[in-house]
Amino acid sequence: MSSDHHNRPLSDVELRVKALESLLTEKNLISQDTVDSLIDTYENKIGPRNGAAVVAKAWSDPNYKKRLLENGSEAIAELGFSGVQGEDMVVVENTDGVHNVVVCTLCSCYPWPTLGLPPVWYKAAPYRARVVRDPRGVLEEFGLTVSDDTEVRVWDSNAELRYLVLPERPEGTDGMSEAELADLVTRDSMIGVGVAKSPA
Amino acid sequence: MNGIHDLGGLDGLGPINPEENEPIFHDDWERRMFGVMIACFAGGNYNVDEFRHGIERMGAPAYLNTTYYEHWLASLERVLVENGKITAEELAAKKAALEKEYS
Repeated sequence: MSSDHHNRPLSDVELRVKALESLLTEKNLISQDTVDSLIDTYENKIGPRNGAAVVAKAWSDPNYKKRLLENGSEAIAELGFSGVQGEDMVVVENTDGVHNVVVCTLCSCYPWPTLGLPPVWYKAAPYRARVVRDPRGVLEEFGLTVSDDTEVRVWDSNAELRYLVLPERPEGTDGMSEAELADLVTRDSMIGVGVAKSPA
Repeated sequence: MNGIHDLGGLDGLGPINPEENEPIFHDDWERRMFGVMIACFAGGNYNVDEFRHGIERMGAPAYLNTTYYEHWLASLERVLVENGKITAEELAAKKAALEKEYS
């Protein structure tokens, strides 16, 4: 064999994935086109910019914000974001006295339509184990100090229900457009391990 | 069922170490694993509970010592066989052939 993809031996895990994909394709249980298109969608099209648009609209439109907090799934779907791993959404609002943070202790449940695929730390054992026991300590690890007089609420997602944090609107953003506001909304602020950026 | 996946409150797992500007996938096999799992799920070859149960039965050392997409791989290898979609022998033969091809 001499074709150009044979330049190095594959690791065990690479071989197992390739074997699985190849066998499933041969049996017509999956198609390469579908696999490629799913990868492209989640790598290039769906991500935290979706959630940022939701947050910016909620900051700009009190009626939208009310709908969002009452029925997250429906209000998010108004902007065209719905589907796998976002079927039932609850939006929790950060205020002066309350800071919310989201985890999935059992697995890695995360609102894909609004945030895309989760970062490694969200899926890994240390965050999942510790944020429910020592949330303030974990937030410090992300560089976020929550004052003692602010209540910290930790929300444990599951396969049926996922949470999105509505961060507080930063000071000094009066009159900004939704697009400008959306640029201030970070992924971490919608998980609750950060806050929205301040305008430059 | 209780098991190692039920991590809430467990001590001693170390720092969180968030990665700056993390890519969506860290390696091409992760990219393929993601696409294969979702395509196969969409095709009705298992449901989400079967998939998660496949991960939850990995055993504590394997669960803690492997990465997220390795959990997916372990679950699919088990659940697709249990559901009669593939056999372990077919999978092993395919892997052996690829190993030879890529050596």
